Amino acid sequence: MKFKDGVIVVVKKDCPTCLLIAPVLEELEQSGKEISVYYQDTSDFLSVTNVIDDRELELSYRLNIEIVPTLLMFSGGKESSRLTGWEREEWRSCLELESLGEDLPDWRPGCGSRSVEPEIIDVLEAKFGNFDFSARKIPLPLLADDIEYCFENGWTDGFPVVPPTQERVLRMLKGTSRAPNEVLGVLPPYSIQCTVSKVAINAVLAGCKPEYFPVVLAAVEAALEPAFCLHGLLATTWFSGPMAIVNGPIRSEINMNWSGNVLGQGSRANSTIGRALQLTVRNVGGGEPQKTDQSTFGSPVKYGFCFAEDESTSWTTLSEERGLDRGVSAVTLFSADGPIGCVDQKSREPEGLIYSLAGTLKGINHIDMANGSDAVVIIGPEHGRVFDNAGWSKERTVDALQSALLIRGESLGMGTDLEVASKEQSSQSEKIAKFREGGLTLVRAGGQAGLFSAIIPGWIMKGAPGTDPITKEIKL
Amino acid sequence: MTSVLLDPTGELQPIERYPIKKVKSLSGLKLALLDISKARGDVFLDRLDGLFSEAGATVFRYKKPTFARPAPIGLIQEIVGNVDAVIEGLAD
Repeated sequence: MKFKDGVIVVVKKDCPTCLLIAPVLEELEQSGKEISVYYQDTSDFLSVTNVIDDRELELSYRLNIEIVPTLLMFSGGKESSRLTGWEREEWRSCLELESLGEDLPDWRPGCGSRSVEPEIIDVLEAKFGNFDFSARKIPLPLLADDIEYCFENGWTDGFPVVPPTQERVLRMLKGTSRAPNEVLGVLPPYSIQCTVSKVAINAVLAGCKPEYFPVVLAAVEAALEPAFCLHGLLATTWFSGPMAIVNGPIRSEINMNWSGNVLGQGSRANSTIGRALQLTVRNVGGGEPQKTDQSTFGSPVKYGFCFAEDESTSWTTLSEERGLDRGVSAVTLFSADGPIGCVDQKSREPEGLIYSLAGTLKGINHIDMANGSDAVVIIGPEHGRVFDNAGWSKERTVDALQSALLIRGESLGMGTDLEVASKEQSSQSEKIAKFREGGLTLVRAGGQAGLFSAIIPGWIMKGAPGTDPITKEIKL
Repeated sequence: MTSVLLDPTGELQPIERYPIKKVKSLSGLKLALLDISKARGDVFLDRLDGLFSEAGATVFRYKKPTFARPAPIGLIQEIVGNVDAVIEGLAD
């Protein structure tokens, strides 16, 4: 925008100081000054000649008006001075007038400009800010319902999504300091470069708030690690999808749930972060069910699965176990099926709980199968207290579980032709570990009542030929 | 109402929609003729019915309660569930 030399004043009727100075603007015009008055709401309180409609707020945005009234002097095509609110002596001095606003009070503060109201500022930035979204803009057909349009284009997981308008995506991108066009990696199955911007669009679709966005980005980065094997995980006939477990201070900063109904509905952060990852995989990578996603059954996990760990216990947290300091926010991604409940309402000693947990763990994949899936065991608070009261650390508990999870050699290899420990690999009398070393991960979460724990089996293809868990620090 | 959305996909497909695949043969085709309740539409559709049947299509006849409103959802679902293609008269 170019401005001719003279005075510009930006006002709104809703501001008492703007109403107060309306006669001053008249005085200015009568004094021979070249004055243009831009109004943000209505002009019926203005009687100067050159009154310009700025209800779209483009000038207010481009001139970065924060307060009304704002007086700007332009000379040589450039802004030479700027005053906000009403201060008689300042105005007189700036305008080089000996008399101005004689009957007005000496000073009155201004009001906030409409262009910096929450919500509006993002709309203006999207509209006038020439922002590079690094994404195609799709005009919505006339009279089309925006949510239905998202369904018709195949952008959803079957639930409604939040239409990704420029304003919403802009707000999402403000949740990170990373550039919109930064490439996070190449997303399978169609090997698409995945940018921060594309993840932001999908985070909007999922219903995320901007403050969740760093967690979503970390989860996507974890998924893109070759060791996570996202391509195989999204394409497998098995049940699994990605499961994100969040550690560190960001859990409470964004209101994540690690307590009652932790694996269920109700927490916006838990529900939408996992969904954003899955929508990114679907939309950017192209991993659609019954196409490249060949899962026989799928599972509710595949709508998105994310929760936080309860870090109030004496146990090492998941992210500490995986090498990060406590106090560092992180997300760890596993392959995961739906939870299997383990009930033990009798044991008051760790050994009893180990027996119960091992009994439940033994059955996953196939009761005679060893070295199949990894598993995450979520120890509920009431079970956790049994271990805590007995002074059992997480490491000791994992060791005890591994020792209780040995499969007899003579029954191995039933029901599967996967490359797992089998009769050929072991003598019949030998006992083989149900889980590989490091294949059992224990975390703490859940509501205060209930002598239960939850077992989350993973993708049956684990390790080098399949998937390994990945931890990423969450960076703002 | 929103006017512009940002594309959440990998942008492998054009934004414009392609028409669905054309019917290659009438033989064995399950074809719906939808009468929109305009006067004498039935006369025209009776003739089409005869011609398509002769050509080997199985014709199913449907009728909207009124041409002034979109077809009821139940009727749309019934047509979608039963046939391979539909011919609908749009006006007089």
